[in-house]
Amino acid sequence: MSFQPVHFYQTGTFTVGNRLLAQEERSVQANMERTNSLNSGHRACQGCGEALGARYAIDAAMNAARGRLIAANATGCLEVFSTPYPETSWQIPWIHSLFGNTAAVATGIAAAIKVKRQKGQMGDVRVVAQGGDGGTTDIGFGCLSGMFERNDDVLYICYDNGGYMNTGVQRSSATPPAARTATTMPVGPEPGNAFGQGKFVPAIAMAHEIPYVATATVADLRDLEYKVTKAMGMRGARYIHILVPCPLGWGAASQDTIKLARLAKETGIFPVFEAERGEVTGVLKIRRPQPVEEYLRLQKRYAHLFGKKPAVETIARLQAAADKNIRKYGLLDQEAN
Amino acid sequence: MDKPFAITLDPGSSLANHTGSWRTSRPVYVDRLPPCNKQCPAGEDIQGWLFHAESGDYESAWRHLTKDNPFPAIMGRVCYHTCEGACNRGQLDAPVGINSVERFLGDEALKRGWKLSAPAAESGKRILVVGAGPSGMSAAYHLRRLGHSVTVYEAGPLLGGMMRFGIPKYRLPRDVLEAEMQRVVDLGVEVRLNSKVDNILDTMRDGKFDAAFLAVGAHIGKRARIPAGDAAKIIDAISLLRSMEGEEKPLLGRRVVVYGGGNTAIDVARTAKRMGAEPLIVYRRTREKMPAHDFEVEEALQEGIMVKWLSTIKQAHESSLTIEKMALDDKGFPQPTGEFETIEADSLVLALGQDVDLGLLEGVPGLQVTDGVVEVAPNMMTGHPGIFAGGDMVPAERNVTVGIGHGKQAARHIDAWLRGEQYVPPVQREVAVFENLNTWYYADAPKTVRPMLDIIRRQSTFDEVQGGLDESNALFEARRCLSCGNCFECDNCYGVCPDNAVIKLGPGKRFEFNYDYCKGCGVCVAECPCGAIKMEAEEI
Repeated sequence: MSFQPVHFYQTGTFTVGNRLLAQEERSVQANMERTNSLNSGHRACQGCGEALGARYAIDAAMNAARGRLIAANATGCLEVFSTPYPETSWQIPWIHSLFGNTAAVATGIAAAIKVKRQKGQMGDVRVVAQGGDGGTTDIGFGCLSGMFERNDDVLYICYDNGGYMNTGVQRSSATPPAARTATTMPVGPEPGNAFGQGKFVPAIAMAHEIPYVATATVADLRDLEYKVTKAMGMRGARYIHILVPCPLGWGAASQDTIKLARLAKETGIFPVFEAERGEVTGVLKIRRPQPVEEYLRLQKRYAHLFGKKPAVETIARLQAAADKNIRKYGLLDQEAN
Repeated sequence: MDKPFAITLDPGSSLANHTGSWRTSRPVYVDRLPPCNKQCPAGEDIQGWLFHAESGDYESAWRHLTKDNPFPAIMGRVCYHTCEGACNRGQLDAPVGINSVERFLGDEALKRGWKLSAPAAESGKRILVVGAGPSGMSAAYHLRRLGHSVTVYEAGPLLGGMMRFGIPKYRLPRDVLEAEMQRVVDLGVEVRLNSKVDNILDTMRDGKFDAAFLAVGAHIGKRARIPAGDAAKIIDAISLLRSMEGEEKPLLGRRVVVYGGGNTAIDVARTAKRMGAEPLIVYRRTREKMPAHDFEVEEALQEGIMVKWLSTIKQAHESSLTIEKMALDDKGFPQPTGEFETIEADSLVLALGQDVDLGLLEGVPGLQVTDGVVEVAPNMMTGHPGIFAGGDMVPAERNVTVGIGHGKQAARHIDAWLRGEQYVPPVQREVAVFENLNTWYYADAPKTVRPMLDIIRRQSTFDEVQGGLDESNALFEARRCLSCGNCFECDNCYGVCPDNAVIKLGPGKRFEFNYDYCKGCGVCVAECPCGAIKMEAEEI
């Protein structure tokens, strides 16, 4: 099962920290000594979900690996805003790969470590590869699938913001239907991104039957940290797909980043679950069910659905997709929370 | 080569890039006023003491609470806890059981023998307090804590005033009342029982007092003009309740009719029930219009007390009463219908409100008395310099909590006045409204209900009706507090900042913004559960 709150302490365990919890039960992010893998001064937009998600995930991985971690990073927002030569925000060993080969680079690092360990030249060091949805679901997909099928000892983390945001918000294969991007303009009979295209890489990763696949959002820190920590406790190919709202590309207010991630999960638009060897083993239940409209309305990329004549049918199709997720993954529970 | 693992080149850190220059508005930490605190007539910092109780530090909680109110065990039983009506959690599931936690803290203090802290230094000033009720004893406590020498004159034989002579035992056990009164006396407050003040100016002069606080309770029952035969037994409610404290219990007979619809009427009826009588309340309007608190009416009905609504008493006879039925007119006032009936009654108790005996004020220049109460300025001073007043004898709602609040306010103003200064209350903070909260972060948690005495014992004994919480559920209840408008160190701002621009200062020290890097996105404000951060426009 996913992380389940066991203690009742004023705010349960939904907040980042809690002064009433025992030290060992607190989150990595609550720790004054956290790594801050991605430090201040980076050039991400105000309210960037990806910058937040990356710090959450890599800090948790650093904590699990006791600081012995190397990260390979695909080209994309995360690389561009964090490391404009000669500065970097990364406070861990970190290498920038090409756009499409970060999984392969990580494979190579893992192989090198394996050989060095066999020769007794170094101790255990863990490897993480990370990229955006463009570098993962489109350009780097071949390398990623190869890493999966060889079961290389790498944790691959995809930060999904649904498009190529730093080059000007173009569509990727992770862009949701009906969303406006620079290449899927809200014109014509079916405005925005087309229905029935694109892919959901967590499901494809599961099809490889790798040891561990999980989804998470920046709205559920405890769940995210639980999954990264669990993944770091395993060997072989592991994949975590984190939904990270993008205020720029989604046309949302900068303060709504976490709210949007929460709504994506609560509406069923983005299912949060974990799977081992191709089988779903846990889901994060919806706590306060909401219609998809609540999620869509906050984003200008869906503004064309709410014009003078609302696109009722399109909204209904998006609702149907969310309902399908809820059915498929069993996201609703009578005894939720 | 003194470099970390796997690092070969000196990295240029992005810390050189001060992204704070992007900002057009900045987050700032605020302490908003929680609605419970705003509502409390005694001015308690409820959120403040619950904060300590949440971590199980009950003594700190009790000490924080008693800065404002020295009687938590009494409050936890008799306060009408309007704070709970204002509680933001009420809009989420049910209000925090503030009153029950307060009682737990009060009882815990009595059990563990915690003492109130003594004044730091003596001022040398002498203050006279008239009346040892809630308001007088509260003032005595606060004045004593400020270092003044306090003497309380009480007309009655015991401490407590209306808390003893107006509130029945089944709501306030006397050992609790006495223990909390004694704790104030232990601070070095002098008490003179059976000492009625006949003339305030004489007493002040004889005792060389620098100032006086008058807190005489409303002990005189109002009478109604009811034609009655010689043999009819008519008593007023407040005398009846007072005589319950003596050795000789009043003789009421079996059928007791109580006339009135306030809390006192309910108290009398429930007292009569416990003495084995069959009380009937006669009230001229409907239940909705009844001034008594709804929970008290409900408890009375549970105990089998009957109420005759829309009725007035026209005449009293030896063993019966003539009742006229009333009907509400368009404006909601009861009007006579001309329909009469006769009911059996061995005695009639009038619970039609009370007055204050203002005899001690006769001949005091500058005083203004309106509708039986003394006018006071905002600083609680009467028209006569140096004489302050509060509680039942000034224009305000009459209840224990209001009285205690008056005592505190008056003490502060007296203290300032003695130094020739004026007490300036702190500027009231912005109120933390429900819309300031992000309730996602609060786990669902139903209110803990206090145990009630079983109905048979409620009908036949004066045992306390409402029980208290034990440690585990008091802690649970305290932790239901949302901490509206005041940081409780949940680390959310520290966690959710995409720019790592929140500095955690450590336990008890809260947080600080690093404005060198804060881009002003506002995520911390949106995700703060309790509304303790707000955005302010940058000056550009």
